[in-house]
Amino acid sequence: MKSTVLNAAHRRLGARMVPFAGWDMPVQYAGILEEIAAVRQRAGLFDLGHMGRVHVHGKDALALLQHVQCNDAAQIQPGAIRYSMFLREDGGILDDILVYREPVADGFFLVVNASNCDQDLALLRAAAAKFADAKVVDTTDSLGMFAIQGPVAAAVTQALTDADLSTLKYYKWMPAKVAGVDLSLSRTGYTGEDGFEFYPPAGDTETLWNALLEEGRARGVVPCGLGARDTLRLEAGMPLYGHEIDTGTNPLEAGLSFAVKFTHDFVGRQALERYQAAPGPDPRRLVGLTSPSKRVPRQGYPVFHGDAELGPVRSGALSPTLDTNIATAYVPGSLAEPGTELTFGVRDKREPAVVAALPFYKRAR
Amino acid sequence: MRPNDRKYLKSHEWCKISDGVATVGISDYAVAHLSDLVFLDLPEVGTAVTAGKAFAEIESVKAVSDIYSPVTGEIVEVNDDLPDELDTLKEDAFGAGWMIKVKFTAQAPDLLDAAAYEATLDQE
Repeated sequence: MKSTVLNAAHRRLGARMVPFAGWDMPVQYAGILEEIAAVRQRAGLFDLGHMGRVHVHGKDALALLQHVQCNDAAQIQPGAIRYSMFLREDGGILDDILVYREPVADGFFLVVNASNCDQDLALLRAAAAKFADAKVVDTTDSLGMFAIQGPVAAAVTQALTDADLSTLKYYKWMPAKVAGVDLSLSRTGYTGEDGFEFYPPAGDTETLWNALLEEGRARGVVPCGLGARDTLRLEAGMPLYGHEIDTGTNPLEAGLSFAVKFTHDFVGRQALERYQAAPGPDPRRLVGLTSPSKRVPRQGYPVFHGDAELGPVRSGALSPTLDTNIATAYVPGSLAEPGTELTFGVRDKREPAVVAALPFYKRAR
Repeated sequence: MRPNDRKYLKSHEWCKISDGVATVGISDYAVAHLSDLVFLDLPEVGTAVTAGKAFAEIESVKAVSDIYSPVTGEIVEVNDDLPDELDTLKEDAFGAGWMIKVKFTAQAPDLLDAAAYEATLDQE
């Protein structure tokens, strides 16, 4: 099993560690509910060292990315970041990724899911071989990665840097020095809160983590595990690979058409165009569900409309922020209207659920 | 040291035996490990239970877990208040957090004393 450079720090902080996508990761420290509340009201730190980090550069880097991912990389300005996906020829989703265009130098930086990192590297390298000048460099081990997320994230981070963070807008990144560490800093996250993701050299990662924890302590900043992260991202309506999206789903039915640009030729484009032209009768859509039940709708539980089984719950959790159960599922478009009454099954019992608009949670700005 | 007046299953249930009746609950370790409990489903009086088989479900924020019976027999009393007062488990897993009382005919063959149970925790 692989360890991130923060592994020893987690153990000192009393984390409960679990295997996740081949990595030894913290699932919780003080408790999932407490950590969720901290992120919504103050801020939390999340180790993201398991995520894949890949640099793509060379004269053909843009052409390579245009071929393998579905957003339009040519439209990404230097220093900007876009959500995108790798697709199969049939339009199925191989992974969802963030594409960062280098702020100063030429080239791109990709952040991919830990569970798909090997596949993604193989896909990128196979594609790169077809171009004269496109280099793919796996920087997962040479860079650390962690996030601070929550309403006080900016104030805590600003206290440790001379860079003016008010100039760094959402989905932008820049080089900066934070707590004496030279790094890249992006205004991104996976919780629905304001915050940053840090990319320091691997050897400086723990120093920076400790500095942020120390600076944030008086403001109630706490370390958070994968358990809190999963509920936070579900509340914010963000998909998780292997749950809302996988090779059996396409971006259009998953509500991710904002990241699909038919301005360039990419693997999967023809299939998506065919789907758009003729999606079939009552095509399914990803929707949110809420449920007042005492039982939590969990991944794999069946969803019903009357006696008709519609498919499995994709993700489900008790949302402490909204004080109700929340879940996602694919349902026929005719049943996707918010307010539509459905049920989910727990063993031999049926519990009520109602279709709800995504995201479940949106922060006040 | 956990209470010495009872036996434990490796799966973290305890049973305290007196006059042919076993009082059954789960250990403080199980409660801490589950954390953030949201739901407990207990069976009714009169239900038959089997040593080593699940008799109840407990749900935390992240997972649903089965609770296994240390004995075989018939449930004669249920702690009906417990599902509505899950904090009781956190505060007093070995006392007020009891779940069922069973008039039993057999015990699980792999019951552990407190020291042996704690030794299994060290290995986790």
